Amino acid sequence: MKVMNMVIAINDALDIKLKEDPSIVVYGEDVGVEGGVFRITEGLQVKHGADRVFDSPLAESAIVGTAVGMAAAGLRPVVEMQFCGFVYPAFNQIISHLARMRNRSRGRFPMPVVVRIPYGGGINALEHHSESMEALYAQIPGLKVVIPSTPGDAKGLLISAIESEDPILFMEPKRIYRAIKQEVSEEKYSITIGKAKVLTPGTDVTVVAYGAMVREVQRALPRLKEAGISVELIDLRSIYPLDKETLAESIRKTGRLVFVAEEPTSFGVGSEIMAVASEEAFLYLEAPPKRVTAFDTIVPLPKGEHHYLISPEKIFYEIQKTVKF
Amino acid sequence: MLKEFDALKKKQFRILDNDGKVTSPKHFPEISDESLIKAYNDMLFARTADLMTVSYQRQGRIFTYPPNYGQEAISGAVAQVMRTDDWLVPAFREMGAWLAKGATLKDIFTYFMGYEQGNSWPQAHHFLPIAVPIASQLPHAAGIGYAINYQKKDEVVFAFVGDGGTSEGDFHEALNFAAVWKAPVIFIVQNNQFAISVPFRMQTVSEGIAIKAVAYGMPGIQVDGNDFFAMLATVREAFEHCRSGKGPVLIEAVTYRKGAHTTSDDPTKYRTQEEEEMWDKKDPMKRLRNYLLNKNLITPEEEKKLTEQFRLEVDRQFVEAENQPPYPLEDVFKYMYADMPDDLRKQQVEHERFLQWKESNA
Repeated sequence: MKVMNMVIAINDALDIKLKEDPSIVVYGEDVGVEGGVFRITEGLQVKHGADRVFDSPLAESAIVGTAVGMAAAGLRPVVEMQFCGFVYPAFNQIISHLARMRNRSRGRFPMPVVVRIPYGGGINALEHHSESMEALYAQIPGLKVVIPSTPGDAKGLLISAIESEDPILFMEPKRIYRAIKQEVSEEKYSITIGKAKVLTPGTDVTVVAYGAMVREVQRALPRLKEAGISVELIDLRSIYPLDKETLAESIRKTGRLVFVAEEPTSFGVGSEIMAVASEEAFLYLEAPPKRVTAFDTIVPLPKGEHHYLISPEKIFYEIQKTVKF
Repeated sequence: MLKEFDALKKKQFRILDNDGKVTSPKHFPEISDESLIKAYNDMLFARTADLMTVSYQRQGRIFTYPPNYGQEAISGAVAQVMRTDDWLVPAFREMGAWLAKGATLKDIFTYFMGYEQGNSWPQAHHFLPIAVPIASQLPHAAGIGYAINYQKKDEVVFAFVGDGGTSEGDFHEALNFAAVWKAPVIFIVQNNQFAISVPFRMQTVSEGIAIKAVAYGMPGIQVDGNDFFAMLATVREAFEHCRSGKGPVLIEAVTYRKGAHTTSDDPTKYRTQEEEEMWDKKDPMKRLRNYLLNKNLITPEEEKKLTEQFRLEVDRQFVEAENQPPYPLEDVFKYMYADMPDDLRKQQVEHERFLQWKESNA
């Protein structure tokens, strides 16, 4: 075991897989010599060679498009989009090819590609650096969307993602890249994609979160406990596939659901979670399911970001309202 | 110049050598002493502001900022030519051009302090907001160019991008559209040798950016972007080319980003001191300064005094930006739609209700 933050854990997962499988290549903007703007790939080029870990020209569409080609020809690319707001030039490649090549070729060309995307707010960033648009990707048939909330999960989930035959968008909550440190095994291990994790069992209300919001919910827990509210906290880990079973089971038990995410409210992941409550646990509900999510606005620049980000106070406020309903 | 230094000839256009001596008098652009001194002073102001902004960032008084250090001559030349009605389509590293367009330092500081308000440029006419997604602004320039032609206006578009941006699809698409439409757009590529850490030679194996113009069917010229006079002569000719209905021009201004990509970046990771020293000899301000000193148009004493004045002025505007009122909740919502959906209005009201609760339950 070694103490790791998420940056080191992701680097470790990449290192383990690069060592193990010569078909893996890692590339993107500033990924090689510099080791990425967040230092995720630091040291990997020196260790594994510039033909396996390298800088690409500046073009997101071509980064994903070439990954599709490489995968068709037998490689397993792990590519980086520098920031969540810079993915959109690659959207055509993601939706038109990466997500549907397998189906279009009737299974002949599977797409074992991982697209890593640092996402989310809370780091006082420039414009186009702070958004949480995971729902855009989760709705695309053919893709899987995975989001870790701890260093240990990041390592195990990324190893599974790299080993998957399906294309995976691996979204990294950059706000907690270095904020959480924990003991992580230095050995290779994997975590099943598509299974949520019950972090704290409880009886009064099911609270569903993922990514950086798991920590914000955890910050609200002591006050909730003080108020006599027993929370069952579930970390989704994977947006698609969605672990409906774990969710439904918990909602049926507690009768209440609060969903916490930093995505815009409308047409989001939260909308899908609300659907699980009404489709799978309708008769068990004791209060209307609630979304604690961001406004349907652009993420404000740093001086306005506190209005937009979901705070532990707001999480407490909404949970107690739901419980008191 | 556009003919003489046609990109296919693979020659870089240059007038001033590293010591500030004119090596090509026949190309020297006409400019009055008064205008020249003003141009230099404007560049000095921009450089002073730029260097001070980096120190403000180090003091934690401003967020991430992309320095302009070493690239001042490009914006300095554009500033001489661009008129009030001409359009400026910025990337994010051409502060001198922003100031020439009418942006104030206070606006710029406001933006990099984390308020969208700073990107609205209330006093600048025909100036789009700064574009962070690389090269995404270039199609806008072609669109503005089409509108200018359609409306039969006498306006020219100055569009900026970096060397990294030329790898994006939008670069190709915008240049092609502009050429097909004969749009009056001057595409200015600030080739500062790096896209964050990635050196130019890894961005493209083309012999330069200017030569790419040939395939789009527009003039392309590679200029020493650290040579104020060569830039001025080129921008003027490109400007007249656009105004006379001949369509767009591509200018590759070869320069060097002496600072970091942004204040979050550490260039020692990817380049050598030797290289930095080599480029330091070509510094645009030093070269123009030497020229002006040789001509007795400025004196070190005057310059020192002026720099002090500039420092005070920069600081005055910085403190003014610092002292603005807190960002109101309303500002998150009110510019989203002309016709705001009721549901969005409700989100604001609900949040206000939470804030009231928070106040009474603190």
